[in-house]
Amino acid sequence: MGGAKTDVKRYPGLGLFVVLFFFYLYLPIAVVVFFSFNASKLASIWGGFSMRWYESALQNDALLDAVKTSLTVATVASLVATTVALMAALVLVRGKGVKFRKTSETIVNLPLFLPEVVLAVAVLLLFSNIGLQQGVTKLIIAHTTFCIPFAFLPIRARLQGMTLDLEEAAQDLYAGPWTTFRKVTLPTIAPGVFAGAMLAFVISMDDFITSVMLNAGGATTLPVYIFSLIRSGVSPELNAISTLIILVSLVLASIALALQRRS
Amino acid sequence: MKRPGFNFWGLLPAQLIMLLTMIIPIGIIVVVSFSTRGAYGGFDYIFSLESYQRLLFSVGWTDELEFNPQYLLIIGRTILLAATTTAICLLISFPAAYFIAQRQGQLKVILLYLVTLPFWVSMIVRVYAWLIILGKNGVIDGTLSKLGIVDNLGSLLFNNGAMLVGLVYSYVPLMILPVYASIEKLDPALIEASHDLYGGRWKTLFRVIAPLCKPGMVAGAVLVFIPSLGAVIEPMLLGGGKKMMMGNLILNQFGMDRNWPFGAAVAVVMMGLVMAVMILNALRAARKQAETA
Repeated sequence: MGGAKTDVKRYPGLGLFVVLFFFYLYLPIAVVVFFSFNASKLASIWGGFSMRWYESALQNDALLDAVKTSLTVATVASLVATTVALMAALVLVRGKGVKFRKTSETIVNLPLFLPEVVLAVAVLLLFSNIGLQQGVTKLIIAHTTFCIPFAFLPIRARLQGMTLDLEEAAQDLYAGPWTTFRKVTLPTIAPGVFAGAMLAFVISMDDFITSVMLNAGGATTLPVYIFSLIRSGVSPELNAISTLIILVSLVLASIALALQRRS
Repeated sequence: MKRPGFNFWGLLPAQLIMLLTMIIPIGIIVVVSFSTRGAYGGFDYIFSLESYQRLLFSVGWTDELEFNPQYLLIIGRTILLAATTTAICLLISFPAAYFIAQRQGQLKVILLYLVTLPFWVSMIVRVYAWLIILGKNGVIDGTLSKLGIVDNLGSLLFNNGAMLVGLVYSYVPLMILPVYASIEKLDPALIEASHDLYGGRWKTLFRVIAPLCKPGMVAGAVLVFIPSLGAVIEPMLLGGGKKMMMGNLILNQFGMDRNWPFGAAVAVVMMGLVMAVMILNALRAARKQAETA
């Protein structure tokens, strides 16, 4: 009987389908990495192994500027977003007698319910109305907004999975609310907070739509710079830059996923 | 436990940020969509329905209105592409998620990790990769002509199919995770029960497994449909600017074309579409609750 039972859960061809599915997922990434070592000037015709595109990428000042802008924006935006999201999560998960809990949570997660292009128009009109000119500041404000839910969700999940016992024990030992938070709550939810911050950071680094819409005078982010490279014709240097980005994102993703697994 | 007032002060920054940078600006979008285009780009706060009129009509030689479906076509194409993307994502996610859910222990963890991983790679890089694959002398064109199967296939880019490939590729992880979660929660006893009652594998799939996984599929569908509706990078790079979607129509109005009120009007239409999806989803959930109650 056991054989017959497992049989009904099994579908012919499923294994092959999944192999093809993973092929589809990883083919584009593999192609970019492969051609980044291409000696030929033509982006998609193989001409032998070479590291020259990495050399020229690392000496490209415009690229390095874009990386700097992106790092600045992503660091500030993810730090602010994580702090704000942590406070909101503490209230929404732990607070007693919070009014409009459901509505408040929807408001915190609002950026998830709208396509990004709408948010980009929203901040563009806002900044043009208040006459804000400073490119990096505009980017930081806009990125902070859409990063908040991405920081909020892992923190909330972690808080929901934590028992109240430890905090109650701390309070029984006469720890004040701040001490309890610092010595008990924060260390316990730290993996969730890190995962949230990491997610917010990656989302900000990756953002194209808002950054291109704000077209922030002088402040070109990395995705916007890459887009301009693509527009000016596919060059092998682009493959090298993309491979470096893939490498960094995969490392960050592995850290974040490992943290989430622990929580 | 908390300092008095933390319930208020803790939530305040998040709410304030959302109010100032999203809720009020969305109000501004609506206002701008009803205002007049400025002489040198931008807009003037003078009430006008011009932008909405422009969605349907163009002004002819003698100031008469002519029905012009060019923008309706873009809106229609956007809805169609987003819906097709959602459907394809569902069709390929379900078997993949089912397969992963059937695995045991470490292998399951690794497969799940491999499914999520590409999603972390920069969106623009992932879409760009398809340019190399589908382009003229690209991976497909190059390989096929080298093997002598098809000569001079040329570019596979700049059509709806190319955009669809990019859209599905961009958003499929958003579908697979909720679908996986719902399959994972499935009680294996139900599948066995179906089998004991002589339900074959396909009957079990469509009558038992699929209905039970519906919440996950619906969640995934919403997660995929909303960003597909607002897609910008895929139509720009893979559609080549000719096959526009609403996202790049909006972007163009605030960039090259400099017609802010019209861009705002298209953004309002997009918000309307998203809202329609949300309301349908909420109604469905409410009906479901009424059924089980």
